[in-house]
Formats: sequence, C-alpha cells, structure tokens
Amino acid sequence: MHPALQGLITIIIGVGGCIGYFYLSNLFIDRVLFPATGKNAGRNINRANMVRPWLFLFPAIFALGLYLAYPVVETLRLSLTDRSAGGAFVGLANYRQMVSEPKFWEAMSNNMLWLIVVPAASTAFGLLAAQLTDRIKWGNIAKSLIFMPMAISFVGASVIFKLVYDARPAGQNQIGVLNAVWMNFDGGVWSIIFLRILPAAILLVFAALMLYLIYTAGRPIVDRNATRGGLSVWAILLRGIAVIGAVWLGYLALKSVYSVFTANLPFGEPQNWLTILFWNNFFLMVVLIWIQTGFAMVILSAALRGIPEETIEAAVIDGANPFDIFFKIKVPQIMGTIVVVWTTITLVVLKIFDIVFAMTNGQWETQVLANYMYDKLFRANDWGVGSASAIVIMLLVSPILIWNVYNARKEMK
Amino acid sequence: MSSIAGTKSGLTWAVHISVVALVLLWLFPTVGLFVSSFRTADQISSSGWWDALFPQEQNLVMRTADPDTQRQEGAQFVIDGNLFEINGENTAGTISAWGTSSRAISEYKPGDTADMGDDGRITVQANGDYVWQNDVEFQGRRGERVFVTAKAPPKFTLANYERVLFSGSTTDSMAKAFFNTLTVTIPATVIPIVIAAFAAYALAWMRFPGRALLIAAVVALLVVPLQLALIPLLRLHNEIGIGKGYLGVWLAHTGFGLPLAVYLLRNYMVGLPRDIIECAKVDGATDFQIFTRIVLPLSFPALASFAIFQFLWTWNDLLVALVFLIDATGETTVMTRQIVELLGTRGGNWEILATAAFVSIAVPLVVFFAMQRYLVRGLLAGSVK
Repeated sequence: MHPALQGLITIIIGVGGCIGYFYLSNLFIDRVLFPATGKNAGRNINRANMVRPWLFLFPAIFALGLYLAYPVVETLRLSLTDRSAGGAFVGLANYRQMVSEPKFWEAMSNNMLWLIVVPAASTAFGLLAAQLTDRIKWGNIAKSLIFMPMAISFVGASVIFKLVYDARPAGQNQIGVLNAVWMNFDGGVWSIIFLRILPAAILLVFAALMLYLIYTAGRPIVDRNATRGGLSVWAILLRGIAVIGAVWLGYLALKSVYSVFTANLPFGEPQNWLTILFWNNFFLMVVLIWIQTGFAMVILSAALRGIPEETIEAAVIDGANPFDIFFKIKVPQIMGTIVVVWTTITLVVLKIFDIVFAMTNGQWETQVLANYMYDKLFRANDWGVGSASAIVIMLLVSPILIWNVYNARKEMK
Repeated sequence: MSSIAGTKSGLTWAVHISVVALVLLWLFPTVGLFVSSFRTADQISSSGWWDALFPQEQNLVMRTADPDTQRQEGAQFVIDGNLFEINGENTAGTISAWGTSSRAISEYKPGDTADMGDDGRITVQANGDYVWQNDVEFQGRRGERVFVTAKAPPKFTLANYERVLFSGSTTDSMAKAFFNTLTVTIPATVIPIVIAAFAAYALAWMRFPGRALLIAAVVALLVVPLQLALIPLLRLHNEIGIGKGYLGVWLAHTGFGLPLAVYLLRNYMVGLPRDIIECAKVDGATDFQIFTRIVLPLSFPALASFAIFQFLWTWNDLLVALVFLIDATGETTVMTRQIVELLGTRGGNWEILATAAFVSIAVPLVVFFAMQRYLVRGLLAGSVK
C-alpha cells in the first residue's frame, strides 16, 4: 500500500501546507510587517490590506500561470523551433510540414464534422428531453437516468459502445445490438420505411431548418428596414458566414436525400461499423452525443423553468398550439442558454481525444486533431509539428475564449 | 385553455411514451455492459446480452440413472428419478421437447412415452421427472441417453469480478490500477479546492487594482485546451526532477482544475449576503477570520459541486495520466489506461473487458447518484448566469 500511503501523506502535506501558508503569511503581515499598533497603525492597516489580496491569490496565480498561461507561450515557441536541430528557430517550417500531411487534413475535416454534428445533436436531444421531462411526474428520475452518462469516462463509454457495435461472422448469433437489429432488415417494407424514408425525412427537416436559418439570418442584410438602426460591419459579416454555412449544409442534406434512396445497402451481412469509411466518424460521435445530451438537458431544463409563466399563459390565451409555444415563445427566450450549451459542447469536441484513442486510434480515417497531436508528440516524437497542431486547436478555441471574456466583462459592469 | 385541455390526454400519453423510449435508449448500452459483466465467456459469445434476461432454450444430452438402481414392481423393472437432479443442479429448467435418439432430439413432448422396444418404455415430464420401465431386467452399466430441449432460467456469475478484482493476474487485474486511480484522484481533488477558495474570496470580497483583469484572465484560461500544456510541462517536470509520477500528475490536475474552481467559487461567494460580511468587519473580524468562519462554511454547496466535478474529471481522465504519470514500467497505470490496454490485448474477451470497465465506472456512478444535486447546481452556476 505504498502509493496510497504516499497519497495520504501528500494530502496532509499539500492541504496542510496550503492552509499553513495562508495562515502564517497572514499572521506575518499582521504582526510583523505591518502591525496595527504604534504610531503608524493607520498606515500599516492600509498597507496590510493592500498586500493581503495578493497573498491570498499568489498560489492560484502561480499555478495558473505555470500550468496554463506559460504553456500557451511555450507551445507557440516550440512550434516555431526544431527539436532535432537543438531548438533552432525554423519559422513556419513545422506548419508547412503539417499542412503537407494528408493525415492532418483528415483530422481537420473530421474535426469540422464533429464540430457541426455533436453540439447540434446534443443540444437538440437535450432540449427535447428537457421539454418532455419537464411536466411529467417521474421527470426527475428520467432526467437523472439520461444525465447518468456524464459520470462515465470516455474510455468506459468507448467500451460500452464497442459492445454495441460488435460484429460476429454471418451465421453466428450477433452479440452487438446494432448488428442484431441490422440482421433483421432484409430489404422489405420495414427496411424501406426505416432505412430510406425515415432518414430522408430527417434530412428534409434539417434542410428546411437551414432554409429558415438562411431566411432569418439573411433578411437583415438584404432588407435594411428589417432591423432598427441598420447593422454594423461585423454583424453583416457574421450573418454572411451563417448564411453561407447554412446554404452549404442545406445543399449537403438535399444531396444526401438522393443518396439515401439510391444507396445499395448490404442487407443480411453483419457490418464492422467502425471500419466503414466516413460513416465510422458518426459512430464515434454517437458516443459523445450520448454523454453530452444529459448535460445539455440539465442546463436547458433549468432555463425552461426560468421562463416567466405569463408569457406562456398569454400565448395560450391567444390560441397558440403547443408547438408554437415551444418554438416561438420558449426557444427564443432561452436562446442565450442554448448558445452557452452549444459553445460548452463545442469546447469538449475540440479537445476530444479519449474516444478516438480507445475505439479506433485514428485508423480507418477517423483521426481528429487531439489524437493527431498525441500521435505526433509521443509516437513520432516530433515536438515541432505536435506543438503546431496544438496551436491549431488553440486557434479554433480562441473565438469562444474571446466571446466568453467579452461576456464576462459585460456582466461585471 | 379549453382548446388545449381537449387534446391534453393524447399529448400527455405521447410525452410519457417518448420519455420512456428516450430513457430506454439512453440506458440500453450501459445495461448491456452491466449484464455482460455477469455472464461467462461462452454465454457472451453465444447470444446477445438481451437474451440473458429471459429463459434460454438449450439442447442438452442427459442420462438416466444407472441400471443398478432399478427395482422390481410386480412384473415390471423400474428406474425413476429426475434428469436434472442426476445431471447436475445447474442444468435445471423446463423441458419443452425430448427424444431418445440423436437424429430426433425433439420427437416427444413432456408426458409422452417413448417405446424403445427391447430397451423398455420411458416417460419424461416437463420438470425432468422420468420413469423408465421394462418387462425384463435392465442390462448394461450406464443409463439411457435422453436428449432434452429445455428452457433454462437466466444464469449469472460473479466469477468475472473475482478474476478482475482478486485474481492478481498481471494482465487482467484491476486492483492495482484501482488504487492508483484513487491515489491520483483524492489529492488532485482536495488541493485545488484549498487554493481556489482563498483566491476566489480575494476576487469576490477584497478590493484591489487589477481585480477585473484577473477575473477576465480566469475566464479566458477556463477554455484553454490542456493539449497545449503537455509538452512544455512535461519538459518542465523533467528539468526540475519530478519526471513522470504521482507528484507531477497531482500538480497538473491542480493547475488544470483551478480556473473552473476559482470561477465557480468566486461566482458563488459574490452572491453571499453583503450584510453578514460587513457586520463581521465592523465587529473587528480580519479578512482571514471572515473567510474561515463565515464565507467558507456558507460556500459549502459550491465547494461540493466543484469537488464532484474535479473528482469525476480526474477519475475518468486518460490523457493527463498518460502524459504525466504512466512511465515505461507501467507500475502506476490507472484504470482508464488499463482498459484501453485490455481493448487492445483482449478485444474479444468481453467478460473481462465488460467487468473491468464496470469496475471503473461504478465509483463515479455512485458519486453521481449520491451527489447529483450538487453536480447540477455546479453545472448551472458554471454556465448559466
């Protein structure tokens, strides 16, 4: 039990040391450095009060600086140097090398796919679950069961879903749920309903949603009278990006509807889901969606409860149906929370590592940035390119960082 | 309201049914792993775990008792008893069909009598009772073979847990990894709380220049991906002689957990009633006393919610442990790492994998269900303001 004992001693030393530091240093300025007695008492009290905050803050600032702020700068520096050349400055050579690697672009495009699908799906499922469970008696039990995957590690979830995706040769009993269900499809009526019509309907709904987004985001750009006071350059730029993104996604959705009907599905053959190129990304995303939905649900359900009753009552009196109430009264009022949930999940997605590492390790074209970086750092031992890809992750995160800081400052004023 | 009241019952039912469907969908994968961890390797590979919950149809070959147990009743020689009792308790079940020849194993229904000519007549009941009669004395040393199709009730075993927890096997045992994880987790949870609490108090209730800037910095650091920290810190740890080990991983977790801790605790402390703190100040309490006697006890909910976050995060972490803790000897491996390794070496042995995964999931699940209230509160404080 040697490491456990070591752990116990560390807790005692660590916690005792921290408390001792705070207590003794506090005592030191009060009694020795600036005693609140004698002829300088007033001045000393003021001085002690000026020093004390920094005393309380010092350990935190030190740890934050050393473990988070310094590495950002240092990683940036490392990404511009070459380790094998003794740390010589090489400019953007590492970035050039990284950009020339197909694996990097595979990781980038997969990450973009993750960034679109996972936050959208988790937030949508979370909103759905929050709305459905809000008004029923056993809603709290349902909520905690949907929330439960939050406590499960990404690695544990990977094992859980490996069992779901497991494949046995044809002719044996399938032990993975997905293949067991798949083997029931034979190209008959049910197969057409579930594998052609249902996905096509979902895609069409998605395309319609994109059309609506293009309309709401694009109208103020074209029609200046739609918003009061006109738009700033930034707002036009943001809306323009949103419209272009929506057009592209809508086009993709419509194109997929066609392929859903023409795809030749291999009925009756057990599938190795994680080795089907492109689609295996989605099977990995399912794991994260499964984990994050509970988080989205908990936060959105609190936001839904915070909506003033009067607005809903007024809508009911005006004859709104439940769907109108949900989409036109409730959702607009919790838009701020939806954005927060979305960005939080986006942050998780950008750093996603464990799921890919445990399930495919980037094989079969499932590489993502964080795993690419790990590969570079600890398998290829190429610190330059590894740091460069870490900086790419940082760059992807930074819009959210700026947005968060901006909001926090606005709040404090 | 009348227009809604009319459609209410239908809609309510739809809501109930969709929630049930959603919950089942979300539970299904976890339950699968849980059930699989109680099944033997043969059971797992021969049928889906969802079959394990229901009686299973199986074909068994059984033997009646030996001829030397026969007794004479009038002109008849009789051997009787129960097939399941003779062939072992763990085959117990309900017979749905049986036969006496390997070519027709379900020729007879329970209660039927099979006429085997010179070998006599045998009757088998659904519960396994049989009567074997003959006009002449039974010959031979062994009993009659009976082919049975029986529904066996669900069977579960604890053997997997015994193997994973107590066997001491070098590849499968999780016991060491379990204690290692615990050793990583507890200091990595407690230390950041102490440091963050003081900092949060200073940021919430003390006035000094640069406070707003510091809060903004904490918010910014909240989202810095820890991927950036891996190489610089590993180098730093190697340079100052910590290397890979517990101390390094404790420090790393402390550093990475601090922004959230400071942010959560500061937000909570700012919301404490100003009156209490000002009263204490008027009564001559120092900042240190206010902090330890008033603010800290009042902040218990926030402390608890951060503690749960940090606990779950450090317990479930793989990346930080891989980089800062686990060296070439593998003596300090944690459970997540061990499971990834098992996925590689024992990808097909679901009984070991499922059990190992469940051992690592169990503790966070217990914490989760016991402290859910604080977890939710922390989530809300962290993201909705």
